[in-house]
Amino acid sequence: MKVVVFCKSVPDTETRVRLKDNRLDKSEIKYILNPYDEFAVEEAVRMKEAGKVDEVVAVSMGPERAREALRSALAIGADRAILIKDDALDGSDTYVTAKVLVKALEKDGVEYGMLLFGQQAIDGDTWHVPGQVAEMLGLPQAGSIIKLEVDPDAGKAVANRLVEGGEEVHEMALPCVVTCRKGLNEPRYPSLPNIMKAKRKPVQDYSLADLGLSPEEVGRAGSFTEVLSYSLPPKKEAGRKVEGEPEEVVQELVKFLKDEIKVL
Amino acid sequence: MSVWVIADQRKGTLRKPALETLSEGRRLADQLGTSMEAVIAGHNVEGLCNEIASYGAEKVYLIDHEILANYNPPAYARAVGDLIKDKQPQIVLMGGTMTGRDLMPRIAARVGAGLAPDCIKLEIVDGKLKAIRPAIAGKVRVEIGYKSDIQMAILRPNVFERLEPDTSKTANIEKVPFEPSDLDTKQRLVEFVSKETGRPELTEAEIIVSGGRGMKAPENFALVEELADLLGAAVGASRAAVDAGWRPQSDQVGQTGKTVSPNLYIAVGISGAIQHLAGMSSSKFIVAINKDPDAPIFNVADFGVVGDLFKVVPLLTEEIKKIKAQEG
Repeated sequence: MKVVVFCKSVPDTETRVRLKDNRLDKSEIKYILNPYDEFAVEEAVRMKEAGKVDEVVAVSMGPERAREALRSALAIGADRAILIKDDALDGSDTYVTAKVLVKALEKDGVEYGMLLFGQQAIDGDTWHVPGQVAEMLGLPQAGSIIKLEVDPDAGKAVANRLVEGGEEVHEMALPCVVTCRKGLNEPRYPSLPNIMKAKRKPVQDYSLADLGLSPEEVGRAGSFTEVLSYSLPPKKEAGRKVEGEPEEVVQELVKFLKDEIKVL
Repeated sequence: MSVWVIADQRKGTLRKPALETLSEGRRLADQLGTSMEAVIAGHNVEGLCNEIASYGAEKVYLIDHEILANYNPPAYARAVGDLIKDKQPQIVLMGGTMTGRDLMPRIAARVGAGLAPDCIKLEIVDGKLKAIRPAIAGKVRVEIGYKSDIQMAILRPNVFERLEPDTSKTANIEKVPFEPSDLDTKQRLVEFVSKETGRPELTEAEIIVSGGRGMKAPENFALVEELADLLGAAVGASRAAVDAGWRPQSDQVGQTGKTVSPNLYIAVGISGAIQHLAGMSSSKFIVAINKDPDAPIFNVADFGVVGDLFKVVPLLTEEIKKIKAQEG
């Protein structure tokens, strides 16, 4: 069985966000492989190590810097990668992104048994693309999983979704879509030899034309939603900070809870 | 051209975010001068329709089938999505439960409509929906506009105000036929492993008491739990406490955990790393108890106590007990 893992290049969490003319100023941002995608890559590589999967393909849509995210996936243990890169893709919403990813799968022709995603990307935080891809391809899906058992011979997977108050256990026929989150596994730190090896693994570039798509179908032109503006969230007024004898500070805190915000 | 709400239910009970979403749907419909209608999918859920109507839904589309008894993404998406394609509402909303966030993208792809997730505010501008949501770990706010005729949005739980239900209302129900497809039978929820604690769900709680690295040991979370139970609160944890194995993954608040917006968030022994703030800084009020006066959590706290949590928390619990006892 072959599996495909989708990877996104995202700003590092510690990055300070600046705005320029109501748009993100991307000049000083440091980019990393989306941490949620690391869980997906790790899970795929573990399936390969367990002999259930014979090829792990990493796919990313993004600008040139997305190549680095793909190198990270290759260093964890993916076998090859696909980078979908085209200036016309800038401003694509999640629907267009899903459409493009589906086209890339068709173009590559990989006979996948499973598509793995991170539950969300830490920049956009939409959680949209996996479900959109699953619907476009007519596949079962289990989102936000913390446990996965795959039986390629029987053509099925069992996945535990972490939901409010417990876990939903879903049984699915293959091929299927899963989205991965913390709790599923501990992603490894790639070893230096594997980082070096990753540099020699094949990365296939696709342009829009390669995928048979026109610029009008993607980017801002092809999207159903558009970002009208970015703004910084309202600054919170600095609150009170009390120090002193525990008995006294607790009295003040109780007064705050009871009289000011009225939760007691 | 009405406003629709997909009413999320589980095991025959409407989810709290569904009630908030119905309330917001009602407000948007009033602004547009149109009707608010709801869709409910499930099995043997007709009994919930009156409750849906009590939040102002003028009509309830009921899709009842055995295969919809539990959450089934392809079946739910087809059942609701095809109804949307048929009736063409202008706006479709759903609460951001784990079902809502999983299902809405699938429906949006089926319908071919724009979708905004995790919204904290919705507006009508020139007759169209505008959605406002945080992104990049809460560091920016994004305004989203739509180019599709159908405009879809997922609402962050605990942010939109719930209306007083009018229980005198009876639902105007339209039953929608549904037949499972081959795809629907390729997925099945085989078990629900309950991890119920008797406490409210983190994402829906009015009050959360969270513990971090400062708790020092898993058994010390008894302090947090006692305070939480006294307040009817949920118990949360920082990433440090979860990674140390002191608390389950489901308790984690923050970037690789849950995003919460309670009325009151009490952070106990939590320093306030950016990953944690990303998940709780939209709380209405924040109280922090930490011995380090320079802890970043104090930058977002409305009330900060610099002190030893092992002294402050038991005293606080005692004081609240006294107040509760006086109230009888």
